[in-house]
Amino acid sequence: MTTVEQPPIGFGRMHRKEDARFVRGRGTYVDDVVLPGMLYGAVLRSPFAHARIVSIDTAAAQAHPRVKAVITGQTLEGLKLAWMPTLSQDTQAVLATDKVRFQGQEVAFVVAEDRYAARDALELIDVEYEPLPAVVDARRALDPDAPVIRDDKEGQADNHIFDWGAGDEAATDAVFASAEVVVAQDVLYPRVHPAPLETCGAVADFDAVTGKLTIWCNTQAPHAHRTVYALVAGLPEHKIRVISPDVGGGFGNKVPIYPGYVCAIVGSIVTGKPVKWMEDRSENLMSTGFARDYHMRGEVAATRDGRIRALRVKVVADHGAFNGTAQPTKFPAGFFHVFTGSYDVEAAYCGVTGVYTNKAPGGVAYACSFRITEAAYLIERMIDVLAYDLDMDPAQLRMKNLLKPEQFPYPSPTGWEYDSGDYPRALSLALEMAGYEELRAEQAARRASGSDGPLMGIGISFFTEAVGAGPRKHMDILGLGMADGAELRVHPTGKAVLRISVQSQGQGHETTYAQIVAEELGIPPDDVDVVHGDTDQTPFGLGTYGSRSTPVSGAATAVVARKVRERARQVASAMLEVDPGDLEWEKGRWYVRGDQGQGRTIQEIALAAHSSLELPDGVEGHLDATTVYNPPNLTFPFGAYICVVDVDPGTGQVKVRRFVAVDDCGVRINPMIVEGQVHGGLADGIGMALMELIAFDEDGNCLGASFMDYLLPTSMECPSWELGETVTPSPHHPIGAKGVGESATVGSPAAVVNAVMDALKPYGVRHADMPLTPAHVWRAIQGRPLRTDLAIT
Amino acid sequence: MQVPAHFEYERATSVDHALALLAKWGSEARVVAGGHSLIPMMKLRLARPEALVDINDLEELAYVRLDGDALAVGAMTRHADLLASPLVGEHYPIFHEAERVIADPVVRNRGTVGGSLCQADPSEDLSAAFAAVGAAAVIRGPDGTRQVPVREFHTGPYETVVAPGELLVEVVVPVRPGGWRDPVQGAQRRDRFEAATGGISERSERGWQGPGGGSAYEKVERRVGDWAVAAAGAAVWLDGDTIGDAGIGLTAVGAAHFHAPEAERFLRGSPATDAVLAEAGRIAAEHCEPVADQRGPADYKKHLAGELTTRALARAVKRARGEA
Repeated sequence: MTTVEQPPIGFGRMHRKEDARFVRGRGTYVDDVVLPGMLYGAVLRSPFAHARIVSIDTAAAQAHPRVKAVITGQTLEGLKLAWMPTLSQDTQAVLATDKVRFQGQEVAFVVAEDRYAARDALELIDVEYEPLPAVVDARRALDPDAPVIRDDKEGQADNHIFDWGAGDEAATDAVFASAEVVVAQDVLYPRVHPAPLETCGAVADFDAVTGKLTIWCNTQAPHAHRTVYALVAGLPEHKIRVISPDVGGGFGNKVPIYPGYVCAIVGSIVTGKPVKWMEDRSENLMSTGFARDYHMRGEVAATRDGRIRALRVKVVADHGAFNGTAQPTKFPAGFFHVFTGSYDVEAAYCGVTGVYTNKAPGGVAYACSFRITEAAYLIERMIDVLAYDLDMDPAQLRMKNLLKPEQFPYPSPTGWEYDSGDYPRALSLALEMAGYEELRAEQAARRASGSDGPLMGIGISFFTEAVGAGPRKHMDILGLGMADGAELRVHPTGKAVLRISVQSQGQGHETTYAQIVAEELGIPPDDVDVVHGDTDQTPFGLGTYGSRSTPVSGAATAVVARKVRERARQVASAMLEVDPGDLEWEKGRWYVRGDQGQGRTIQEIALAAHSSLELPDGVEGHLDATTVYNPPNLTFPFGAYICVVDVDPGTGQVKVRRFVAVDDCGVRINPMIVEGQVHGGLADGIGMALMELIAFDEDGNCLGASFMDYLLPTSMECPSWELGETVTPSPHHPIGAKGVGESATVGSPAAVVNAVMDALKPYGVRHADMPLTPAHVWRAIQGRPLRTDLAIT
Repeated sequence: MQVPAHFEYERATSVDHALALLAKWGSEARVVAGGHSLIPMMKLRLARPEALVDINDLEELAYVRLDGDALAVGAMTRHADLLASPLVGEHYPIFHEAERVIADPVVRNRGTVGGSLCQADPSEDLSAAFAAVGAAAVIRGPDGTRQVPVREFHTGPYETVVAPGELLVEVVVPVRPGGWRDPVQGAQRRDRFEAATGGISERSERGWQGPGGGSAYEKVERRVGDWAVAAAGAAVWLDGDTIGDAGIGLTAVGAAHFHAPEAERFLRGSPATDAVLAEAGRIAAEHCEPVADQRGPADYKKHLAGELTTRALARAVKRARGEA
């Protein structure tokens, strides 16, 4: 990685401005917020996955000398807050009143003078439960004899949530009926967890005198939270301030409103003191937004020579006990219907059925781009299944079916319009970087030698993402359109402050957004302060997830900077006493056309804009501007990944030998940050492919509730990444950028799994589900793969 | 943030002081050394001792030295120090191999040899390594010092022979011919050691004169730093092409007392061939009773017990032959 002494004035590599405080340990996270008189909350959680609550006795806890309040569902019922709406128009219990519906569900909340007392008091609460049978296996959730989980909902007689489909089913069936080859495969994307290093938490401070509620919360969407609090709790929106300070990773986990936040708010209102609630690691893994849990059956119709004609997918989606997925309203399966991926097919159809189970709610999280992770994994796994059955090289099979550059903008059979792409170029580059022919030759030689050494496997994945949600006519969350605002002020001395609606959880917004302003105005990035994460200080917008920051707020930033530039033109024309139309812009400066020496820098113009300079009629002083950006379409980043593994057939251990990643995210604002995002996502992919998993036993006990059980990959499992890039700008984005935050997480799991399956091909293994732990790989070799979402018995 | 229940904290300044503190608090006290298992268990409130007796100041128990006929390892020796010790590497590479796969550098900097044995986790690595080489635990209590072979040290999961009021102070590992430069002198030392420790294994009919010994450790983990899915350690002493003596330690696979006596018996006097080592693995696996968990099903763990035993034996034999 190149280090840069002089930051670029605009796009290019530069160190992250925010790192100066992070590497010194001087960040301010929610748990660093300490207010005078602050109290501490703790949540009592259900030990059962499904049980009726017979009684809750809080007397002993109330009597604890350092306890200030004990809140139960009954307390909240009085405030009409026992239930809250989810981001998918369902309801979720804040504190359980009738039943508990997953292990770890919130039952009571204690507010005490310190954390120790709060935790001690939880043990003094006596809850009597009547255990009920749990629904653990999503595939059996709709069985007629399955216990009904949501008997709180009127008219809900089963565990069915929704049926949703996209594409032309009849046309797809017709192609299948006439296809030369049809392959089908059950594919599970198991339940995983985003597991940000900083767990979720909030400090709520209700000021009874002013009526103002201030909430420090590590949310990815502070404005959306504020509006939801206003709508649900009936608090006036201008009296609510949500501050999202430094956030230690989000990955979608920090989008929803969790019961703990609501309890902290109620605790502050009840006690009149600020209340801090920070969940611990086990609480985070057990109860907050999980990801995936898609049980898919994929089918491919093709010709005998490997021309893919149609795709058909049926999905059972496990949404847990409450449908709490965070996704645009019209899309209950997120953007899963981008599952035709990067290929030119005649027809496609997907049908998704959402079901309740006795597991934690959530579903859309972990850098998934609203279910595109599941879609990309499915299609890329299915391509390899087809290659296996046709005995074709998976690289050739992909090359044969990839969309051609001249097909863009490409209307997909499930309703998308891909903005731009040159797929063959990206795949060719990846193959070249990997030395694909040599790798295949090495593999052939090893197989021919008959040695009992490691089995070598080569896996390819080609993904297309759809990010930057989204056009407000198509997309909203709880009725809030997905456009984002930006405000830019230029001070008299030419320094600037940019206020944005999105919230960084480590993406480097303070750097990249300053670089966008620098690129547009010529103000050095160090002279641009980026303010975010405080609803009282920033314009409205829906926040950071789904790789939407650069496609939406990045565009807003470019647009607002261009507005400032136009205002500067007016001032410059007054300064130079020429018509504005006679001015030309070069980075950082307006000058007179034909006389480059006659010009004024943006800094000079800023000072003049605030001075006594006489301005023409209709030209305002100052250089401030605001905008709201409503994206005309999504952006479609893509990439080609190649993974090389060595598998020990005696133990089932997988070693990732190499990983080549070619990403095309359009124009790169700061290539170093892009590469960092890709590195992280690739590690995520190795984690999900090989080790990460939240499984449940038959009683619904969560088997992934600590970092001893929920394994995150380390640098030891990661090879030295080999990155490449192509640049196909987005034609509709002001700076041609597409967003990259989730690309590698979306694209990499399939490459790893395809590589392991390729290694096991001599054993006749066509598919095995993630995670490919040593045990599972060994069992796959034995022809007895594990059902990974259930407890190993 | 996970917080433990209330407890009292005492900091020992000497072994005698530690014993006095343990006597004071009785069975409700727990010794804390590195704390990497105990403290998380306390934070999860799975362990709730009334008092912690902190022995981290007991520098007198932090050493690795050649003590007469044996390698003596103080109970407060950190994993990192065992890993860094050239003396250990010279005699028993098994310990360096085991240490390299125990947790991660942060844990190894703090975690101790004594703490690992006393925690008695059924998946712990050093328990298998010490069992393989026939080590003995030195335990001090109010009535003095006693030695217990490591193969008798564990009485069950998370249970050992260390009684309330006692402290594990040292582990002694016999330095044996083959691992020792002078086989004759080594044999005499071995006899003396066996007398001292109560015997590490059944006596080999073929005696102890051999060209060399070797040891190795093999572990399968789901991810670096994870507890073992299964692991096997082996120590082998060769007499020409014949196995004079062998020790096999196993962890995480339900092997009683972390070792495989039947396989060891089979190996003694057998030729050191691939087929013999494979059979030894099979015998070792046959006597294991692993339990299925998220690390793997029982059949897989049983398979690994055999596979890893055979692999560890093969590398130990290579080392004994001076080939590796």
